[in-house]
Amino acid sequence: MFSHHEPSLPRTQAARTELPARAGLGLKTGHFLEVLGSVPDLGFFEVHAENYMVAGGPFHHFLGLIRQQFPLSLHGVGLSIGGEGPLDSQHLNRLAELIERYQPQAFSEHLAWSTHGPVFLNDLLPLAYDTPTLNRVCAHIDQVQNTLKRPMLLENPATYLGFEHSTIDEAEFIAEVIRRSGCGLLLDVNNVYVSCINHQRDPLAYLDALPLHAVGEIHLAGFAEDCDNLGDRLLIDDHGAPIDQSVWDLYRQVLQRIGPVATLIERDNQVPAFDVLLAEAQQAETLLRQAERAA
Amino acid sequence: MSTQADFAAALLNAQLPYPKGLCSRNGADPSRRFAVYRNNVQSSLINALADSYPVVLQLVGEEFFRAMAAIFVQSQPPHSPLMSRYGEDFADFIAEFEPIAGVPYVADVARLEHLRTVAYHAADAQPIRPEQVSAALADPQSLSELCFELHPSLHLLDSAFAVVAIWAAHQQEPTLAGIGLNQGQHALVLRNGLDVEVFALEAGASVFIGHLIQGSPLLAAAENSPPFDLAQTLALLIAHNAITQLNYKELP
Repeated sequence: MFSHHEPSLPRTQAARTELPARAGLGLKTGHFLEVLGSVPDLGFFEVHAENYMVAGGPFHHFLGLIRQQFPLSLHGVGLSIGGEGPLDSQHLNRLAELIERYQPQAFSEHLAWSTHGPVFLNDLLPLAYDTPTLNRVCAHIDQVQNTLKRPMLLENPATYLGFEHSTIDEAEFIAEVIRRSGCGLLLDVNNVYVSCINHQRDPLAYLDALPLHAVGEIHLAGFAEDCDNLGDRLLIDDHGAPIDQSVWDLYRQVLQRIGPVATLIERDNQVPAFDVLLAEAQQAETLLRQAERAA
Repeated sequence: MSTQADFAAALLNAQLPYPKGLCSRNGADPSRRFAVYRNNVQSSLINALADSYPVVLQLVGEEFFRAMAAIFVQSQPPHSPLMSRYGEDFADFIAEFEPIAGVPYVADVARLEHLRTVAYHAADAQPIRPEQVSAALADPQSLSELCFELHPSLHLLDSAFAVVAIWAAHQQEPTLAGIGLNQGQHALVLRNGLDVEVFALEAGASVFIGHLIQGSPLLAAAENSPPFDLAQTLALLIAHNAITQLNYKELP
């Protein structure tokens, strides 16, 4: 259904989401009234799907009103696509209901696992990159896309360690998942930077090994600094700080390669005043418009 | 055991060694790196409880709360990705938690805070207009068959402690001064529009509302309750948009 005869147009596949190629913000409950009162000039809002899996009350009230005025990206954090066990079909049905209700322009989830047996661990946990994992992840993504009747975006992970029995390079693994499943890529530029520092890879080489033609959305966020027992930098993807200059620089490199794509500013901890987030979104917007002129 | 089983077990239990087969490109000790995940899991779950139980946290202090929550997290980790539901059993855990046995009202404050979360996310329902309720109450023919359906957010909590007063005292400057802690209270929690509200009821009113929730007709519910102010209780339910449907039950 997508046109492939113009390979010189790198953004062809980005059309798999209907998000505008503009900057957006994560919607915080503390900002509901301010968003409705000021109707900020933003391309879209993003919400964590699980927060809205409740029967009624203020969350649905406000999201319904905000959805009338803004495009929406629905971002799942609990599906455990990389889990060894089967996907939670009840959870998948809840996602289908939310998508039916809010008609988001994009749905995304993570290349990670978070559930084992009955236990939900509330974190995005790392995967060993080998053939069994590849087959499992592709089967799970097929199931998601068949149930939701739409392509999803898969987010590249931020990781702190590797597995001895991994046999496939992470970027190669992601490229193969996307090739087989037909899903898109949610390119988290902060995760690229964090993982590359933590695993001593070159961020640009990693970026160029990813299937950038499939990017349907970009995430930008801040990280925390730590170090391991050898004193090497260990970056923590904590979404609790402003976007680092190194991540902005990498973002410019991404835009040079693929042109403007919907870009989310993510902030989940130490959430500042709405104006502060808006200023970061405007910074991204400026870079998006520059990329548009350069295209 | 599978890789993820080992990994998951070691995340929740810091006494366990980190799982085998982990590595880092620079040859650094994987345990330091595994600790990042362990810390993420434990602190995110403890933070989720701290967000849901702010008054319990104030009552016991942050350090004690986090230590208590860490034990709860390890013994009862979430079984659902819906974090708004996590901690349903936290009050029962607190009630059995030996180090806090000297402060017995904390568990009931946790029960009240949990009911507030439940009410906040409960299904929406349109209230019956007050004049419609008045008209139904004024019709002597059908009054004995009249039943109320109450808002899905509405819940009762009977406590041997002054649970509403203790909770209310922590909404601004926290102090327990002047509160008769052992004077039991009957709490009513509901969502009125977008706001969750908490009231202390007289004992009979709580029993009466409990009968209404069970589907008992209004008059029977009142007759089967200890003495209470019926007019005042009905006024409360009407004023706070708690009545969502009027039904008429066929009498046997």
